[in-house]
Amino acid sequence: MSSRDTILQRLRHRTGGELTAPECDFSVLNRPEWSTAEKLDMFEQTIESVHGEVHRTTEDGWIDRLAEILQTRSAQTLLIAKQHEIGKALQSATKNREDLPQLLVYDEPVESWQNALFSDVDAGITSTRGGIAETGSLILWPSVDEPRLMSLVPPIHIAVLKASELYTTFHQAMQSQNWGTGMPTNALLISGPSKTADIEQTLAYGVHGPKELIVLVIE
Amino acid sequence: MSETAEQSPHHIDVKEFHPRARAALHNPQIRQNFRKAMDGLMTKRKSSFEGWDLETLRDLGANIRLRALANLPDLLEQLEQKLTENGITVHWANDGDEACEIVRDICVARKAKSVIKGKSMVSEEMELNHYLEEQGIEALESDLGEYIVQLAEETPSHIIMPAIHKNTEEISQLLHDKTGTDLSHDVEYLTANARLQLREKFMNADVGVSGVNFAVAETGTLCLVENEGNGRMTTTVPPCHIAVTGIEKVVPNLEDVTALLALLTRSATGQHITTYFNMISGPRQLGELDGPEEVHVVLVDNGRSTIYQDDELLDTLRCIRCGACMNHCPVYTRVGGHAYGTTYPGPIGKILMPHMVGLDEGRHLPTASSLCGACGEVCPVKIPIPDLLVRLRQEAVDGDKLHPAKVRGHGAKRSSMEAMIWKGWSWMHARPGLYRMGTNLGARFRKLQPGKIGGWTQYRTAPKLAAKTLHERMKERSQ
Amino acid sequence: MVDPIKVYPAKPSKVYFYGTCLVDMFYPDAGMAGIQLLEREGIEVIYPEDQTCCGQPAYTSGYHDEARAVAKAQLGLFPEDWPIVVPSGSCGGMMRKHYPALFKDTADDVKAAEIAGRIWELTDFLVNVCHIKLDDLGEPTTVAMHTSCSARREMGVAEVGPKLLGQLKNVNLVEQVRAEECCGFGGTFAVRHPEISGAMVSEKVDTLVNTGAKEFVTTDCGCLMNIDGYAEKNHKPVTGQHILSFLWERTHGDGSKRS
Repeated sequence: MSSRDTILQRLRHRTGGELTAPECDFSVLNRPEWSTAEKLDMFEQTIESVHGEVHRTTEDGWIDRLAEILQTRSAQTLLIAKQHEIGKALQSATKNREDLPQLLVYDEPVESWQNALFSDVDAGITSTRGGIAETGSLILWPSVDEPRLMSLVPPIHIAVLKASELYTTFHQAMQSQNWGTGMPTNALLISGPSKTADIEQTLAYGVHGPKELIVLVIE
Repeated sequence: MSETAEQSPHHIDVKEFHPRARAALHNPQIRQNFRKAMDGLMTKRKSSFEGWDLETLRDLGANIRLRALANLPDLLEQLEQKLTENGITVHWANDGDEACEIVRDICVARKAKSVIKGKSMVSEEMELNHYLEEQGIEALESDLGEYIVQLAEETPSHIIMPAIHKNTEEISQLLHDKTGTDLSHDVEYLTANARLQLREKFMNADVGVSGVNFAVAETGTLCLVENEGNGRMTTTVPPCHIAVTGIEKVVPNLEDVTALLALLTRSATGQHITTYFNMISGPRQLGELDGPEEVHVVLVDNGRSTIYQDDELLDTLRCIRCGACMNHCPVYTRVGGHAYGTTYPGPIGKILMPHMVGLDEGRHLPTASSLCGACGEVCPVKIPIPDLLVRLRQEAVDGDKLHPAKVRGHGAKRSSMEAMIWKGWSWMHARPGLYRMGTNLGARFRKLQPGKIGGWTQYRTAPKLAAKTLHERMKERSQ
Repeated sequence: MVDPIKVYPAKPSKVYFYGTCLVDMFYPDAGMAGIQLLEREGIEVIYPEDQTCCGQPAYTSGYHDEARAVAKAQLGLFPEDWPIVVPSGSCGGMMRKHYPALFKDTADDVKAAEIAGRIWELTDFLVNVCHIKLDDLGEPTTVAMHTSCSARREMGVAEVGPKLLGQLKNVNLVEQVRAEECCGFGGTFAVRHPEISGAMVSEKVDTLVNTGAKEFVTTDCGCLMNIDGYAEKNHKPVTGQHILSFLWERTHGDGSKRS
């Protein structure tokens, strides 16, 4: 008998009494209805408390803001998606301005350029599928166009969040976006720059993930 | 445990709890490190739950876990089906040894020479690193705490913060000795160095091994919490990802995860959420540019299906491995994690490990507790830990004819001397006339009471028998 | 573990008093004080002569047959439907929370559960059933409350001791750091793991001394002999008393301290 069969048989033919599945009431997770402004304030406060950086901007102004931010970090290269409007907007913007870093498009399998990804990319910019105010979290569903490592390898991760896509709780986000009907290869909640407290509970940032998480909120 | 364990350099005689505890109690550095760390964790947890109806949230956590356990075999089959549909290969292992072999077989098939590990307590249970090294496969820990512990050739002393027993000075010395970093108390410098050293390892590893915090049957999803990013690295960069998990970690619905996550991170470290919450539902799909081409899950039993047989003991399997129990345990705080000599220390260790190592090896585990109940009070899924400890004590001495013992190694702690003492005690205390006679004699001859009573009088004066028992005084009163 | 919602009885005309073996043998004054406090509230106290021990020491040692035999001998002591008051969080907890499990699958299961439902820790009963009002006749003093783990977590009475002490106008109640941490008694724990227990009680005594209080009170004799015994042996400037003795002394007459 295979291990699978052995295990399942033991579980199915237990010696104890009947097991009943209790009801699960999720209402304890509910929060009052907050306005977008309130959600944004809560989001900003929470993510900033763990060294996330929030910049409120607009559809028209975000590229200017991005350029400023990356200049202060002396970023030479910026990893962008190929098809997403963010990537496309940057590609077109860079034709007309000098103050953006060199744009690198993530359009080849990582095996072909892994060393460069790890050593030559100063920042990566991705979209988000909204955010969660209560925990100060960004929702990312990496895709063919915005691969997983964009938000992990470069030391600076810039995430573009639409204020209108802020949810109050994770439960609310999950239910509203119907995650139960099917999940992507990888879904993520990102709630700050990478950190550790393993050395005598003293916080240090930028362990293996990005050292900086910068959120551009489009209001 | 298993034969492999016997040969492991980490093999510890679990029975020898007392000398290890004694050594820890007399080690001021251990006492100080743990006291400071546990105080901090308790405070953080408490403040992170402010504004919550915590008791209702814990009820929900308990119900979610009980609902999952009630349907465990069906859920595991559903999980397997969904994972498989998603392109993830599912393996089943009866015990740690088998799980190690499965991991090795995958590595061998891929001609893998190096494994990078995200944090996984199940992999510690399996003693995977040692096994892989024996097979000529390098296994390197990437979580900073685990990395430190690996460099020190130790085992984790806490299930969430593996290097909690070390202070900055000790870590700095270790990193200096083993990896050449400068002696420095600058935590940023030490961390930046670890980042540099491990980055290369992520890039070159053939296989990444991780644990699983929650496995969702509904969607075939593996959920992982972490702060550092090493978990994401481990499960994304190497071309093959192997996730190892205990069979009890499955939940039916994605929705369940929202409540368990809220409980887990706050109970563990007082965080509202960890930096990353990683949800994996498949290997690299057509067109995707990164992610592993192969993902495997190893479902590990290792005694869990045996625990599952018993209605009371089954509650042990509710555990979501948050560590709150040990953070609040006055015994753990004073002896530290290594004193237990087991993969899982603290209260959860005391109720889980007897099943895994047997009550002969683990005979001192259930009694290493004052039954204060601080653990049960904070457990996010309301495991009745003190009740389980008493049950295991009964199992250890075969103490209940009405409910014959069944845990492996039961009766190991039964001594004819102690059994006789309790029989005598019971005989007297079940007979009121004899009891009154005995206690009156004790009162009368209290001056003859011994001044030394074993372990008690090592630290305290002996309790003083009263000149007249309450019984006598009440009798006089009514006359 | 604690009753989710406690439903206190109305103030009865009679109660059963279950002294506990530690009170019986080592702290009968505390027992008498409890009885007198109840009588002063106009309640007739019935003291079943055949009471011995709740069975806890054997129970927590895993010797459940022996524990059951002794516990069974207590079940016949409370035939009338009066509350059963116990001057101990630990023994109260054994009877209220563990008797049902101990007698499961036996002919006494219903009886044990019924009795368990009538168990009340004495100070809890004084505050929440008798609504006692205390008049302090004693000298000013500073005191710390040690709430035992079972009083706190099994009987849910952590607020009761401070409430009672708060009624005494000449008593300054101070709180030790890590007040919720166990004192290390744990019944047989203190003799099975003496060094760990010793480390715990040592730190507990330090926290009490650091409050500046010269005395502490508690509902539990086990904690009392543990903490007091350690302080005495190690010449620490704090002594302990059962809270019932303390309350009775300060409110019944000349308010003199125990000798």
